[in-house]
Amino acid sequence: MSATTPSKLQKIIASGQLAVTSEVGPPRSADGAVIDHKAKLIKDYVDAINVTDNQTSVVRMCSLACCIRIKLMGLEPILQMVTRDRNRIALQSDILGAASFGINNMLCLTGDHQHFGDHSSCANVFDLDSTQLAMAVKMMRDEGKLLGGFEFQVRPEMFIGAAVNPFAGPNVFMRAIRMGKKAAAGVQFVQTQCIYNMDKMKEFMKIAVDRGLTEKVAVLAGITPMKNVGMAKYMQKRVPGMDVPDEIIKRMGGVPKEKQAEEGINLAIEQIEELKTVPGIRGFHIMAIEWEEKVPQIVERAGLYPRPQMDGA
Amino acid sequence: MIKAKPKPLEEIIDNVKDFNKLLIAGCDGCVTVCEAGGLKEVKILAAALRLYFTQAGKQVQVDEASLTRQCEKEYLAQLSDRMDGYDAAVSLACGVGAQYLAEMYNHKIVFPGVDTCFMGVNEERGLYSERCQACGRCILAETGGICPIARCSKRMLNGPCGGSDKGKCEINPDIPCAWELIYERLKTLGQLDRFERPVEPKDWSTSRDGGPRKIVREDLRI
Repeated sequence: MSATTPSKLQKIIASGQLAVTSEVGPPRSADGAVIDHKAKLIKDYVDAINVTDNQTSVVRMCSLACCIRIKLMGLEPILQMVTRDRNRIALQSDILGAASFGINNMLCLTGDHQHFGDHSSCANVFDLDSTQLAMAVKMMRDEGKLLGGFEFQVRPEMFIGAAVNPFAGPNVFMRAIRMGKKAAAGVQFVQTQCIYNMDKMKEFMKIAVDRGLTEKVAVLAGITPMKNVGMAKYMQKRVPGMDVPDEIIKRMGGVPKEKQAEEGINLAIEQIEELKTVPGIRGFHIMAIEWEEKVPQIVERAGLYPRPQMDGA
Repeated sequence: MIKAKPKPLEEIIDNVKDFNKLLIAGCDGCVTVCEAGGLKEVKILAAALRLYFTQAGKQVQVDEASLTRQCEKEYLAQLSDRMDGYDAAVSLACGVGAQYLAEMYNHKIVFPGVDTCFMGVNEERGLYSERCQACGRCILAETGGICPIARCSKRMLNGPCGGSDKGKCEINPDIPCAWELIYERLKTLGQLDRFERPVEPKDWSTSRDGGPRKIVREDLRI
């Protein structure tokens, strides 16, 4: 896994050091200062910052504009793109635009169904799926070619990412070989769904390592600190594809309310420490949902600070 | 077959309440099978409308008919000597039949009496589910005989997505995850290599995206 793009994230992973990414959710308004503020909170503690693309199908400031803001702050964005809202014309157009601002990381996603969002009566697109979006980015980057065949000179230099969810459904093996399919399509790093079921995560990683998948794709383990037992219960019952074992609920509920946030942070740090020992894990993706201010503390206490400085990045 | 469901009576009444001579036209094809628009449903709707008009104190003629298929001119022609006698017709055929009836008798108002829903199967009486979206280029050979375009909520060709849960779709736990089904079927068939290979972007030009479609079979045309 040698670095082939200007992406700092890729360089850090290639250097063998554990990478740290986090994410910011754009506002439901035209207030760009929200993004600037959230990015400032975490900037010295992460290597790159994901910007979600209308997550949960709720209309928000567009991911590309927010990524440009972050890039202009001198930080490294990861452009999340879902295929739900845009066809291959719009997606490729946005990729070219992103590259023109020196955005070098992308996360290729299919996206939540609009059923969950604030415009559930809308039409969806799904011209491509996440895997096909990765194929498109790879073709644009490596061949200088659009899906339609047009060839161009200045190529987008993207480090290509995707999401994996080892916990969706009963079949961990199927999830692992699907990661292999994404790798075959050109995906170079993945960020996982929030990990709470450690046994299942280890089972997933073992299959991935045994099949040689971790040689092709860097797995960044998804960590989301729980704010309180209510959040833990909500995630267990209501969030599709989330696997929160009862012992987590028990642990969060076992401390007084005013101590639950601290317990959630402790839990996240223990998860990181445990995952550091799992073969194939190349870093962490810390998703502190509307709790960005806790990211520095988690990174520091988990022994992931200071972040490496890469020459030329 | 095409699956449809009856429109609410209030909506139909709202459309026809100002007319004096009505024809309720059923279809003996698909809509008869799913019990939405056959002769039986024609009789039920006609009786309900007569009751409504009687209670409203209006004298309205409501006649009944059902054609072998409303999507063929030969059968629609059977109404040619009667249509002049009506102000309007309610077609209980699918959207195809209702349009063809209106096309054939273009001086008459034709109201739809059913909502046409999808192409699907009869799982049980009164329980129908979608199987095909007529994309125009069938991929069932690659997907273990299960169509992800019709049966995956995101029509993914490289599923399943991360939202499926315990083998069910993220948008509704009553819908099986098509990709879980495909995975299991491919495993049974010894074709898991198909699951592991990325599927290229699909050419949607044979689907709705290519504009209204037409089949010209020169071998069948005289």
